[in-house]
Amino acid sequence: MDPIFLKVLIGTTLLASSAAVVGAFSYLKGQSLVGDAIAHALLPGVVLAFLLGDGRNPIFLIVGALVSGLIAHYGIGYIQSRTKLKSDTAVSLVLSTFFGFGIMLMSLIQRSGQGQQAGLERYLLGKAAAITMDDVYIFSALAVLLMVGVGLFYKGFQLMTFNEDFASAIGLPVTFIRFTFTVLTVLAITIGIQTVGVVLMAALLITPSAAARAWTKSLPTMLLLAAVFAASSAITGTYISSAIPKMPTGPWVVLVLAFFGFGSLIFAPEKGWLAKRRRAMANQKKTVRENVLKLMYQQEERSDLNVVLSDTDILDIRAMRPEKLRNALRDLKRRLLVVEHGSGYALTELGRSEGRRVVRLHRLWELYLTERLGMAADHIHPGAETMEHVITPEIEELLVKELGNPELDPHQSPIPYEEA
Amino acid sequence: MIEKSIEVHNLTVSYHSKPVLWDVDFSLPTGKIVGIVGPNGSGKTTMLKTIMGLMKPDSGYTEIFGQPLDKVRERVSYVPQRESVDWDFPADVMDVVLMGRYRKNNLFRRISKEDKRIATEALEKVNLLEFAHRQISQLSGGQQQRVFIARSLAQQADIYLMDEPFVGVDAATEDAILQLLREMKNQGKTVVIVHHDLQTANEYFDHIVLLNTRLVAAGPKEEVFTKELLQEAYGGRLTVLSKLGDLISTEEFPLREPEFKENKPEK
Repeated sequence: MDPIFLKVLIGTTLLASSAAVVGAFSYLKGQSLVGDAIAHALLPGVVLAFLLGDGRNPIFLIVGALVSGLIAHYGIGYIQSRTKLKSDTAVSLVLSTFFGFGIMLMSLIQRSGQGQQAGLERYLLGKAAAITMDDVYIFSALAVLLMVGVGLFYKGFQLMTFNEDFASAIGLPVTFIRFTFTVLTVLAITIGIQTVGVVLMAALLITPSAAARAWTKSLPTMLLLAAVFAASSAITGTYISSAIPKMPTGPWVVLVLAFFGFGSLIFAPEKGWLAKRRRAMANQKKTVRENVLKLMYQQEERSDLNVVLSDTDILDIRAMRPEKLRNALRDLKRRLLVVEHGSGYALTELGRSEGRRVVRLHRLWELYLTERLGMAADHIHPGAETMEHVITPEIEELLVKELGNPELDPHQSPIPYEEA
Repeated sequence: MIEKSIEVHNLTVSYHSKPVLWDVDFSLPTGKIVGIVGPNGSGKTTMLKTIMGLMKPDSGYTEIFGQPLDKVRERVSYVPQRESVDWDFPADVMDVVLMGRYRKNNLFRRISKEDKRIATEALEKVNLLEFAHRQISQLSGGQQQRVFIARSLAQQADIYLMDEPFVGVDAATEDAILQLLREMKNQGKTVVIVHHDLQTANEYFDHIVLLNTRLVAAGPKEEVFTKELLQEAYGGRLTVLSKLGDLISTEEFPLREPEFKENKPEK
């Protein structure tokens, strides 16, 4: 394998996954923007370190970035505690001031002519191809440091993120924990901006966690998944940029990450968009089915006979889209709730009980609305049309208990209970 | 003499340089259920947070069992308001209860078997054992409150400070919590509860601190729960006091001159 490619691959993978693990806590704390602000705020530190050091010494750059990032971080905190500015205002204020200052310093150096050859610009948009073997060693060391740091401070970071007041109350050294977290964040950003640059760094901190959170509810799993997403994005991004000539690595890494992010939002179980859609569709179908059963049950109630209804009969009684009704009837038949009877449909014993349940819930809810919420009897029907499909057996039990086993609904119709 | 659980001495605390507690001074007995009662914005939560060292007083001091908080921290447990945290945090019930076992000296150590045993016991006491691996985001308000109480039980402290534990919980949970508090009292523990509901205060507490920015009264409930004192606490703010508070805040007056420190005299 091409040694340059390998260098870039190792470098980006290490920094992406370690940044993701650290960024997870900012994400959970709802401070996604702080990472962005600190990334921008590193610029003046990096440029000054370049001026003071010999330009290419990575240790100098890291120290410069660290100092600059810490000043920015505590600056944001100071502004928040001493003024009435909202936190997003404080964050943007620091971000823009530091970034502006950094750009100004950069133009000064470039005018003096030393900037170009050293490639100060790489910190703006990142330049993975410029990674040297020394960089790879330093990245590896830092990545290990970050992982070990998060592992060591796991309890502290977890409690600080979930409930900082409690952490202070039990006497944990909260200031120290917070300081450690800030140092780790700044270090992650410092190595990150070499590849993706100041501007895209926030993506590396936050997107992996946003993607991982959609798949899991456990913090350790979330940290692991975030690291895996970040590492896969780094590997894929590096491959794409090396396979196609003149393609930058950083933006590709960020794009692949975004793909993971949006993919997770769409496909994740429970919270994902698709899962929500599927739940909504299932409940829509359930509503139509239950409405059909209710309608058939009410017809039987009125005539005291087992009735047979064709789809046109049903449509005459209750307006709905004919194809929805056809689907519902097919489902009902499959579930043995109705049977075909000549040219129409009749309730089975199972279907009758189900229809009775829906009618019962409808009337119970109407009674609850008049008795407990003091609503007038002519205003309660629409609400009950919805709730009859929502109420679970547990809630039904509560309703019956709270209303004292009622016999009649507000319209004096009997509430049909299942015969024991 | 009965040992004092908490002593609050001439305490003045401000929030964004506006005083929320003015020269509050009282002490609490041990082995009682104590209510800190007062209308909205009367400084009840601030009182609790100051005792827990989460807010710095402008003057005065607080002591627990006759000592500064840092000396007795492991004997004190704190239950913050339920709404003060994000319940969407990725953790299950057990994770949160185990936080009650975190200490300064085990911060870098793994959770021990003993910690797990204590947390399990605490969950049993609040009747949530079957929910141990339920996501905290899927709990009802009453269950969330019980998780917080279990976490505080896991601390195995002698004094418990709880901020509005009865807010937003169902009647069954309220009864269960009350039952638990009485058991704790019978074991000699002290429970201090911030509470805003006058209706229930008389029934729940043995001892009451009536607060409205300043101290209205503190003592056994028979002495404090009188019509006159309640009226004084709930009959609206003291206009002059709140006007002065506004002035101090907007005009940037120092609440206490820096030289004026009423700290506990060194022995």
